[in-house]
Amino acid sequence: MVPFNILVAVCLAYVCLLFLVAFAAERRAERGRGGWLRSPIVYTLSLSIYCTAWTFYGAVGYAARSGLEFLTIYLGPTLVLIGWWVLLRKLVRIGRSQRVTSIADLISSRYGKSNLIGVIVTVIAVVAATPYIALQLQSVTLSFGVFASGTPEGWALPDQGATALWVAGGLTLFTILFGTRNLDADERHHGVVMAIALEAVVKLVALVAVGIFVVWGVADGWADVAARTRASPIADWPLQPGRWIGLTFVSAAAILTLPRMFQVMVVENSDERHLATASWAFPLYLMLMSLFVVPIAVVGLSTLPEGANPDLFVLTLPLAEGQGKLAMLAFLGGFSSATSMVIVAAIALATMVSNHVVTPLWLSLREGGARAPGDVRGLVLMSRRVSIAAILALGYIYYSLSGGSAALASIGLIAFVGVAQILPAMLGGIFWRGATGVGAAVGLTTGFLVWLYSLYLPSFGPDGLLSAELVATGPWGIGWLRPRALFGVDGLDPLLHALFWSLSLNAGSFIAVSLVTFPGPVERMQGLAFVNAFDHDPGARGWSRGGAEAEDLLIMAQGILGAEEAQGFFQSEAEAQGKAGFLPDTTPDFIEKLERRLAGAVGAATAHAMIAQFAVGAAVSAQDLMAVASEAQQILEYSTQLEAKSEELARTARQLQEANEKLKDLSVQKDAFLSQISHELRTPMTSIRAFSEILGDPDLPAEMQKKYASVIHDETIRLTRLLDDLLDLSVLENRKVQLNVKVANLHDLIGRAVQAASSTRAQRSFAIHRDMPSEHIPVITDADRLVQVFINLVSNARKYCDADRPELTISARRRGGRIIVDFVDNGSGIPKEAQRLIFEKFARLTDTAQAGGAGLGLAICREIMANLGGTIAYLPGQGGAAFRVSVPVRLEAQLEPEAAE
Amino acid sequence: MTRPRQPRFLARQNYRRRRLIDAARLLPVVGLVLILVPILWQPAHTPEPDTARGGIYLFAVWVVLIVAALLLARVLGPDEAERPGTAEDDGEAG
Repeated sequence: MVPFNILVAVCLAYVCLLFLVAFAAERRAERGRGGWLRSPIVYTLSLSIYCTAWTFYGAVGYAARSGLEFLTIYLGPTLVLIGWWVLLRKLVRIGRSQRVTSIADLISSRYGKSNLIGVIVTVIAVVAATPYIALQLQSVTLSFGVFASGTPEGWALPDQGATALWVAGGLTLFTILFGTRNLDADERHHGVVMAIALEAVVKLVALVAVGIFVVWGVADGWADVAARTRASPIADWPLQPGRWIGLTFVSAAAILTLPRMFQVMVVENSDERHLATASWAFPLYLMLMSLFVVPIAVVGLSTLPEGANPDLFVLTLPLAEGQGKLAMLAFLGGFSSATSMVIVAAIALATMVSNHVVTPLWLSLREGGARAPGDVRGLVLMSRRVSIAAILALGYIYYSLSGGSAALASIGLIAFVGVAQILPAMLGGIFWRGATGVGAAVGLTTGFLVWLYSLYLPSFGPDGLLSAELVATGPWGIGWLRPRALFGVDGLDPLLHALFWSLSLNAGSFIAVSLVTFPGPVERMQGLAFVNAFDHDPGARGWSRGGAEAEDLLIMAQGILGAEEAQGFFQSEAEAQGKAGFLPDTTPDFIEKLERRLAGAVGAATAHAMIAQFAVGAAVSAQDLMAVASEAQQILEYSTQLEAKSEELARTARQLQEANEKLKDLSVQKDAFLSQISHELRTPMTSIRAFSEILGDPDLPAEMQKKYASVIHDETIRLTRLLDDLLDLSVLENRKVQLNVKVANLHDLIGRAVQAASSTRAQRSFAIHRDMPSEHIPVITDADRLVQVFINLVSNARKYCDADRPELTISARRRGGRIIVDFVDNGSGIPKEAQRLIFEKFARLTDTAQAGGAGLGLAICREIMANLGGTIAYLPGQGGAAFRVSVPVRLEAQLEPEAAE
Repeated sequence: MTRPRQPRFLARQNYRRRRLIDAARLLPVVGLVLILVPILWQPAHTPEPDTARGGIYLFAVWVVLIVAALLLARVLGPDEAERPGTAEDDGEAG
């Protein structure tokens, strides 16, 4: 017998191990060395969360009660997997191309990104998951009970409810730590997948080990098992054709529609080809899991005393034979099955709840909608954490309401029939273009209500939520509304009865309503994209040009994706369009890409709604739609080729246009430069001439002489500085500058710059925010030149920041081989049309008097950075003027220009 | 002995591949039929015990299906991504 304390300690150690594995996997993935983390084997093993504690404990109990019927639960999924070419391949393709985050997202995205449908699916999934999670709590609680019952410290478990509460609390914590540490743009959780793959191995090994022990340790090989089977109470096979077909069907449906299966099968899928491996490897896994179920059941029935709970044979058989270690392994297997299911199910459901319920609600309640900048990430993460806790709490409530007494198998099947309600809308959505959102909503609601009434509510026991009287005679005595005999169909197995009525009414109303309703514009396009998922060009555009400003979109995207990622995305898109900087043109293509990107974080419906706020009136018109929906596929094909070409032309034209505009500006600037320089030179010259003439007067008092001499001196200094700047600029521009490269600490450089710039407008109070610890980055470069750039940026901020309480935030970090330093102030920023010009010579936004310089500062900065192998750029969308300096950590080959001389 | 003639049909590989895809589509149907066969035996109405026999039959079907899926996956899996158009021009819209 294993002492109870040790059992708890082993559990905790096991959980720590899982956490370490998940952590290591995540670190590996972050460093871009995914490699085997994303192998088909790991993918297949992650699918094994289909086998929960229900399989691990319940299958044996099921077999001991009804013989071979338990196999249907594994044969159904086998059929779906070996038929991957027809269905799963398409689902995965759609999931990837539409960046689907959950099954609710898939359905809502298909039916016109309607959030209502997302909510319906979420509700069905959450309600159906409660019995399932209760089942896991019940099995872990029961298995703890097995170990506790025979020990002297039986007091450790005053009642099972307390154990279940502890287990639920522990799992909540575990799931939150595991699943919501960050908001992945594509909802993939490398760490979680790795951990459940490990758990898959543990549960398989545990069950097979118990099986081998039972067949060759307790019994005497297969022949003996066969003989015992013939002698056992389950020797005869009371096959009921209806249940056999119905259960095969419902388990096949469940593997497609269970939110957690969808999560691992579609959302976490990183490569379509992994499906090919899973198509045979997962059925193999299922077969190995089921192989020893019947032997364990019959040996348990023949050796254990009458009345032993068959759901626990996997544990009690080894214990009865004095195999404490094996029982411990079996316990860990069951624990693995329960935890992996709860973790993934809670993550999947929490994603659905936060994307389809919380975020849309928050967006509609907040003033200004998505336009108001803000951090949506924090909200999404917090809502997911709360959802996880709520979902587990619901599971616990179900457990305590249903009394935790029912056999495991029957609870699991209730959940299966519940999620199967999603199947008609799903299959209709990906194979039938005529399926409409209204039809799907009606079908889903009908099926859900029928299931709720005929199976779910009665499952709480004779006097649970429905009174025994109502079950016996129907509401208000209406006989044909009895929950167990709808429409007078009596004598059917309750499960089969509920399955038949819920699914047939569901599918029937879905099809009928779809036939008579007319789909909306977005819906028709999504239908086309889903049904023809294998055509390379979706042929449908959601957004026409105009309406949205790139800078507004950037601000919103930063709130959702995080500043770094959003900026990177915008920059690469701008580059693809042939533009420099962070702001691409808001072409329909770009907006579509952005929407999918956002959908990866907050779901399709929310992303669509957010984008819609910026492109009001720019969404598809009826004419666009007719063009899309018409069956002119050949023309489309041809036009896509033309489009590709014209797009390239447009890109070239855009580049030319940009270059041309710049040339024009430069020419104007050159004239301005000349007149500016004459002006700049003449002003001090004039005063020097005037004052030197005055000095020529011998009668001038001495103090006046001194004063005028100093004026002349000041003016010459100004003149020299101007000429120095010009010379400096020309040296830099010709790359003839001698760089003094040495090792420096970035922190010191920024410190020097802040110090040196403090004399600019020193009378004004000016707050500078720095993150000192992150600044300690060694850099090999020309430190003095870099400091010159920093000084310029800081003193510019001091000079031009027009906020009441001017503030400057300096942040530094290392990205690969480059150091990135951002200078962001809280002023009104630089107007968009001026952003291109600020780095040009003599470009000044304000009048000369205020500035006091010659307008060469940023031009020199740009040239210095070019010499240092780095860049300086204006960063839009930061709420003020913002500059980003990027410099290589190690400056290389700086002597080349010299060598070429 | 005569040498086998050169195949007249040039896109032989594509043709073979399409038939394999047909097989992949049929496999779940075949599996379903095999799984439903025990219904015809009506084990509930026969006097002799059939759990052992039925179990052996179902596991045998299972193994056959796994092996068939393995063979099909070997052929269809690896180059699916690199060969656009071979599967799709074969009535994928269904």
